[in-house]
Amino acid sequence: MTKIAVQIDDLTVAYNYKPVLWDIDLEIPEGVLMAIVGPNGAGKSTLIKAILGILKPIAGSVSIYGKSYKKQRSLVAYVPQKGSVDWDFPTTALDVVLMGTYGSLGWIKRPTQKEKKAALEALEKVGMLPFKNRQISQLSGGQQQRIFLARALVQDASIYFMDEPFQGVDATTEIAIINILKELRKAGKTVIVVHHDLQTVPEYFDWVTFLNVKKIATGPVKDIFNDDNLTKTYGINYKVSIQE
Amino acid sequence: MDEIPAFAGIMDLKDYIQLVFSDYTLRTITLGTAILGVVTGMLGSFAVLRKQSLLGDAISHAALPGIAIAFLITGAKDSNTLLLGALVSGLIGTFWIRGIITKTHLKSDTALGLILSLFFGFGMLLLTFIQKQPNANQAGLDKYLFGQAATLIESDVWLMAIVTGVCLFVLLLFWKEFKILLFDKDYAKTLGFNTKTIDILITSFIVLAIVLGLQTVGVVLMSAMLLAPAAAARQWTNSLAKMVFLAALFGAFSGVFGTAISASQNNLSTGPVIVLVAAVFVFVSFVFSPTRGLLFKQIRFIKNRRDLELHKTLAFMYHIAETHENIAHPHEIKILNNFQGFTKGTLKKLVEKNYVTLKGTTWSLTAEGFESASNLYNQSNKKDE
Repeated sequence: MTKIAVQIDDLTVAYNYKPVLWDIDLEIPEGVLMAIVGPNGAGKSTLIKAILGILKPIAGSVSIYGKSYKKQRSLVAYVPQKGSVDWDFPTTALDVVLMGTYGSLGWIKRPTQKEKKAALEALEKVGMLPFKNRQISQLSGGQQQRIFLARALVQDASIYFMDEPFQGVDATTEIAIINILKELRKAGKTVIVVHHDLQTVPEYFDWVTFLNVKKIATGPVKDIFNDDNLTKTYGINYKVSIQE
Repeated sequence: MDEIPAFAGIMDLKDYIQLVFSDYTLRTITLGTAILGVVTGMLGSFAVLRKQSLLGDAISHAALPGIAIAFLITGAKDSNTLLLGALVSGLIGTFWIRGIITKTHLKSDTALGLILSLFFGFGMLLLTFIQKQPNANQAGLDKYLFGQAATLIESDVWLMAIVTGVCLFVLLLFWKEFKILLFDKDYAKTLGFNTKTIDILITSFIVLAIVLGLQTVGVVLMSAMLLAPAAAARQWTNSLAKMVFLAALFGAFSGVFGTAISASQNNLSTGPVIVLVAAVFVFVSFVFSPTRGLLFKQIRFIKNRRDLELHKTLAFMYHIAETHENIAHPHEIKILNNFQGFTKGTLKKLVEKNYVTLKGTTWSLTAEGFESASNLYNQSNKKDE
């Protein structure tokens, strides 16, 4: 029996009375590479934000390896949507990646050579080392996404939450990113990805959660990624032709 | 109403500098406006980067009723008491703005506008009420509307210096926390930082800096002190630390130059002149910054277009020359007329660069020209990959 990395019970989130997530129960086993899929407004990003305590749920609880998120922060890394920040902010690629070390540093302490070395290694991993001193607005969308990924890698977490890491990136970057995610899984990490491109789900992921305000289904891709669940989630007669 | 009368009349720079060091009043005012520029420049950088440019305007207007109420309660006119009132009402205004944004559907510009006009209106009401009072002491409260640097005294400058020092200390201490809050608040939250605390810390200092400037620059113009140096500084650097430093520097110079101009000319009030000097910094930065400035952007654009035209012509020649075993084989210049974008100017430039030699009505590529043209091709091919 594998361990449960993330356990969610009765989670309900609402923006101004309208429920965005309704009574979600979800168990994410350790070591999976999981896609969260669902239509726009299904609450995919909200689910991640509620797990990470960015949004306050009106009911329900989340535990990370059996304890509350607040106690397990160091085990978790987050890659927000690329569009959530202002890329014209006056800072460099290396500086953004260094922010990944701020959590373990805590208040007031500044990054030292040790943190800088870790940040450079993360940049190397995502193939962005030559751009380390580049002002972040001068990076392409794909490069910015890699910087965000490097920032999460530097946290050296056990569980990674990523909000649409493939949005607006070219094919090369997409392949580079998915290879890194697969490597993370190989190293025993749990990776949870909000994903939009249904065609690539079977190729990229081994676990999937269908979400549309309520949880529709969750499990191994090979068992539950089928027309039935897709239709239930997207509301229209959905046909994906998956050639095995 | 606000000229510094002792120095009316035009004097030359040397005399002025001597006066700054020898004259107590002028020295106090110059120091005061310089320090004010430093603290508003530093904090203004944060306001600008948080896209809260209008927050400063709302806070300074929200401070007005505090000044009036402090006067009504204490009857005193010393600046410290009044500024304490301004601080309290500025903070109340700020937290109401935050409250409106988080608790209602209203957008932040609506919240800012609402609080700004509400507090300012109430402040004006109180000011007119005070002016009607049969109390000889009330004259001069309206200096907080447009500022009156001439009334700065040594204790005011000390207060500014102390606040600036504390602000600098806090800034250095929590530099990392401020930076991550400004860039990515949600992420900072997931790392375990109490973003609310950092937020309140920054905002409180912004309120403090604004209140300090009310006496000098006034309610109406104060936000310019916050924004102008920061906006100018952003043009020159891509590093947060350098931006904050430059903004402080620009702010300080605005204060010093503004005071100097105001003191050496008749009938120019100091506050507006300081703001105008800051605006000159902004203008110069927008035009002349090497990376973001309009001028260099335009120059780069023109240069790139010229280079591109040159490259296109060279590439066209390369295609022709390629078909011959001898690359230096001469061709008629007329052929080039078939090529769109070819001008005599481009040909001349290519000759200048020693890529092409002309002989009568014919041209031929030099070895150098051939090589750079083929490199051109390799590069563009590489980019396509």
